[in-house]
Amino acid sequence: MRYAYYPGCSLERSAASYHTSAMKVADRLGLVFQEVDDWNCCGATEYFAINLLPAYALVARNLALVPGDLAQMAVPCSACYVNLKKTDKYMGKYPQLAQRVGQSLAAGQLGYRPGGVQVRHLLDIIVNDVGCDAITKGVVKPLTGLRVAPYYGCLIVRPENGFDNPEYPTSMDRLLRALGAKVVDYPLKAQCCGGHMTQISEKVAYELIRRLLHNAAEYDADVIACVCPMCQLNLDAYQGNVNRHFGTDYRIPILYFTQLMALALGLSAADAGLGSEIVSAQPALAKIAVEVPQEEDKKARKRADKRALPMPTMPDEEA
Amino acid sequence: MMGEKIGVYVCHCGSNIAGKVDVEEVARWAADLTNVEVSRHYEFMCSSLGQELVENDIQEKGLTRVVVAACSPHMHERTFRGACARAGLNPYLFEMANVREHDSWIHDEPVQATNKAKALVSAAVHRVTYHEPLEPMQAKINPATLVVGGGVAGIQAALEIAEAGYPVYLVEREPSIGGHMAQLDKTFPTLDCSACILTPKMFDAGNHPNITLLSYSEVEGVDGYVGNFTVTIRKKARFVNEELCTGCGICTEKCPKRVIDGVFEAGLGYRKAIYRPFPQAVPKYPVIDAESCIYFERGKCKACQMFCPTEAIDFEQEDGIVTVEVGNVILATGYDLFDTRKIPQYGYGRLANVFTSLEFERMVNAAGPTAGSIVLRDGVTTPGSVAIVHCVGSRDKNYHEYCSKICCMYSLKFAHLVHERLPGTEVYNFYIDMRTPGKGYEEFYHRLLEEGTHFIRGRVAEITDAVRRPGEEGKIIVQAEDTLMGAQRRIPVDMVILSPAIQARHDASHVAHLFGISCSHDNWLIEKHPKLDPVATMTDGIFIAGCVQGPKDIPDSVAQGAAAAARVLGLITQGEVELEPVRAIIDEERCSGCRICNNMCPYHAIDFIEDPGVSRVNPALCKGCGTCVAACPSGVVTGAHFSNEQIMAEIEGILVSLDGKEPIPEVEALTA
Amino acid sequence: MMASGNGQPSSPGTFFEEVIAKTPGGEALRLCLQCGTCGGSCPSGEDMDYTPRHIFAMLAANMKDKVLRSNTPWYCVSCYYCTERCPQEIPITDIMYTLKRMAIAQGLYEDADAPDWSQTFIGMVEQFGRSYELGLATRYHLTHRPLGKIRLGTFALDMLRRDRLALTPSSIRNTSQLRAILDKAKELEGAQ
Repeated sequence: MRYAYYPGCSLERSAASYHTSAMKVADRLGLVFQEVDDWNCCGATEYFAINLLPAYALVARNLALVPGDLAQMAVPCSACYVNLKKTDKYMGKYPQLAQRVGQSLAAGQLGYRPGGVQVRHLLDIIVNDVGCDAITKGVVKPLTGLRVAPYYGCLIVRPENGFDNPEYPTSMDRLLRALGAKVVDYPLKAQCCGGHMTQISEKVAYELIRRLLHNAAEYDADVIACVCPMCQLNLDAYQGNVNRHFGTDYRIPILYFTQLMALALGLSAADAGLGSEIVSAQPALAKIAVEVPQEEDKKARKRADKRALPMPTMPDEEA
Repeated sequence: MMGEKIGVYVCHCGSNIAGKVDVEEVARWAADLTNVEVSRHYEFMCSSLGQELVENDIQEKGLTRVVVAACSPHMHERTFRGACARAGLNPYLFEMANVREHDSWIHDEPVQATNKAKALVSAAVHRVTYHEPLEPMQAKINPATLVVGGGVAGIQAALEIAEAGYPVYLVEREPSIGGHMAQLDKTFPTLDCSACILTPKMFDAGNHPNITLLSYSEVEGVDGYVGNFTVTIRKKARFVNEELCTGCGICTEKCPKRVIDGVFEAGLGYRKAIYRPFPQAVPKYPVIDAESCIYFERGKCKACQMFCPTEAIDFEQEDGIVTVEVGNVILATGYDLFDTRKIPQYGYGRLANVFTSLEFERMVNAAGPTAGSIVLRDGVTTPGSVAIVHCVGSRDKNYHEYCSKICCMYSLKFAHLVHERLPGTEVYNFYIDMRTPGKGYEEFYHRLLEEGTHFIRGRVAEITDAVRRPGEEGKIIVQAEDTLMGAQRRIPVDMVILSPAIQARHDASHVAHLFGISCSHDNWLIEKHPKLDPVATMTDGIFIAGCVQGPKDIPDSVAQGAAAAARVLGLITQGEVELEPVRAIIDEERCSGCRICNNMCPYHAIDFIEDPGVSRVNPALCKGCGTCVAACPSGVVTGAHFSNEQIMAEIEGILVSLDGKEPIPEVEALTA
Repeated sequence: MMASGNGQPSSPGTFFEEVIAKTPGGEALRLCLQCGTCGGSCPSGEDMDYTPRHIFAMLAANMKDKVLRSNTPWYCVSCYYCTERCPQEIPITDIMYTLKRMAIAQGLYEDADAPDWSQTFIGMVEQFGRSYELGLATRYHLTHRPLGKIRLGTFALDMLRRDRLALTPSSIRNTSQLRAILDKAKELEGAQ
């Protein structure tokens, strides 16, 4: 399976471990990622706040640079993903916008027809194109005993992306289970990390980060798995600041889901891009080096009281 | 065709038409059309004075054709056909041009609207020239009636007709009649005990000599037309012989298999594999749920059979097919509750102490799983605080755009019941708008204000157990904007009750198809007229009542049940009805006998006659839909009142009106 | 009713209509029920001057100055919860972007930090075609928040130690092409 690949600015340096692990994992799974030549920044959440049309034109340049033989684009960063996807969608929905973006691109001898490139998040491709069954087959070092909190954040699921539930996503849950991890089903998994709020109001940003760390800690997560460099940065690099601000002592390592995949698929710690996280992942990962027997499923506990009322069942419930 | 004298009448409809269309100009213009003898405009053509205009002109000027340009034929075609008939003109020599719904109401620009009115009048004038006198057909009305759905609306309808002395077949899908009302504890705003007022009616319906109750049964097929329907009903196997069963209940007691009752107990309680949904069930006979029964699963058990004192258990019983002949049908199939799992941020199914309204109804019901105690999911703990969430899946374009109408009132009722049973408990109602239109309803709201209910105006954003602040530990937190305060609030509570939308039955569109009527985009069955004919449908002889038509409370459902019964009784008393003579006719001389039309006919109205080998239309079954007319490869089927000449003339009428130009040659060629 | 049904602005030229016109799909703003789902869902709603719902009521009342001076759009974290949950399908996040653009264009914002951050960021993107964190953060903090740089220091030091901060900007090759595209887009937008 071949895809155009749009890394985005963060993956060049601050999220290099995401890039490294994604490339190694893709290679192992037989995915061919061809980097879009001379791609530019997607504008993050900032450009749309300044100039609307230039923002769409900025994003559309990347879509225009995708070679004609590649119908799909893999995007690891959730912010880039939402901007690329939204630009394609709005160009399709609002012909006047499409026309003016087209005129702008033409000034650079480029052109893009809406619908020409299907923009997909890396997680979507791994879970839905490769599939959890195929991944399970490739697992050589299952993450048995590791309690992983899948953290989706916002932009991978909202605005509605069509591949997962915008309020209660489960794709990464299934993937991590396929890797042998114990998935922590905690309620805040699709809440916001604060995005660029660290640059605007530290007080507000720290509170948003604290809520997530607190909730993951309440559910005894060993590690938080994320799908976006912005989420990783906020939860990892600001964890110390949050601890100082609130007098707390969270030490939850924040890894990219591709890093955990790399480990489970038997790749080295270097190939998994480990070591660049600010909150050390060492204590948590020690758990999978020593084989911890699989934890008893707490859900199987019997009702204590005959008077207890039945719980409604959920369609997608873990057996 | 030449020498016809046509009268044209353009209605103002107050300002409805005249506000946009220059009616005087249209009337003046129409006077010059071929064959037009007289052309007038009048403020309200449907008034008796307006109708008299038509009648006088027919008699005095010898009109042979009449065109009224007014509203939709749905509204007044019958009115003006009546005027023609009274003046001695065959009513089918009349044609209506719709210049209101099709013109003045939907266009902004007066000149263009006026031009369109001219085109529509011209079309009608051209068409009516080719009309032929038709005579309506008569059909006898079978005095028996089918009522589908044994909720309160269906029960009411069945009883009204039975009391009047006519036979009724009452079909119910579940093992007992009673519907949703049987599940409720109290009814708003009077707080009557729901069961106390419903069970006498259930008993009457089950024992009335004129009512044949077919419970645990579903309609599978419908044939025929008003007055003469043939209905096929599947009577599902109960595995209990109703002749022998005394309803003693020993079988249920002895059955070792306990399953969650997702229907009557709304998932909050259990039942056995052989069960009667509730003690007052009508009929009293239990059913075996074959999907849960141990015998059907593993081939052994038969505990019920062993203990049954009358040997009524019959594992060999099979579904039966019953065919009944009826003159009219009343559909009262009710509603489903919106599945709150579709809104994951409200936590139902994940947070134990989030309940649905029906679960809470069962909980507060003295005959329910907790014997009326309000407790958390552990079955023991009493909540100290309860949040009630309005508009779950209603007033939301992501789910249902409509207001479900009853939720505000029953949410208030819930708040009252909590105050009453658990004094001192804090109750929070989260609402967008408080909707209490009904007798005594607003007063009930005021009563709840007096009782100290906390009302927070804001649609709930999310319900979570993720603790953010001290005081939230161990609670479920309801997060919303208090819009009257303009600030976000998080209210920690012990119990949440969701008030979900009521929505059309999952198989409502199937039912509509089965009975040949239509449903709206959200699957409510459509009435003939939303104001003036609320229980009839576009198909004669098929009526609707209760929530199958849209969200309704109990009084409205009962009123509709009775109204539908009154309509049916009217038809039964008439004894026969006139059928529209708009029918297809096959020219048997020219029919090749290919039989293509036989299978195309959606009403099974065309039979093949072996000798002389041609197809023939049964006029009583034909609805005049025109499918066969279009399908016939030899072009020998004619639709009465929709002949090729009439339709081509109508098109020509539109075309000649455009800038006064001559007809387009192609059209002439086609009509030739 | 007739007029809005046809998508005709009730009073063209008002602030309310301007916001609608400048937002793709903005017409849905007319459908706001004032239910508060947005305000209840917003992660930073507690710290906003006005909740999004409140802003929409103010928009309908054409309270331009108060709306554009409020911190509300700047405190939007683009999480799209409001957009996803809105029962009337109003593109709320996009409206917040529109309000930011209008506030900058008219110089009406009170809290200088947020808009300046956005402008610093896009200045960088327009120059190099890509963003680079240290240059951006340093320039931003030195210009706007000199007191905040100490805290930034520990953060930057952590990041530098793990080789996660770029000290030099990475640049695309064809910056002139990008410039041409953006110039054209700005010209078209200005001509609107």
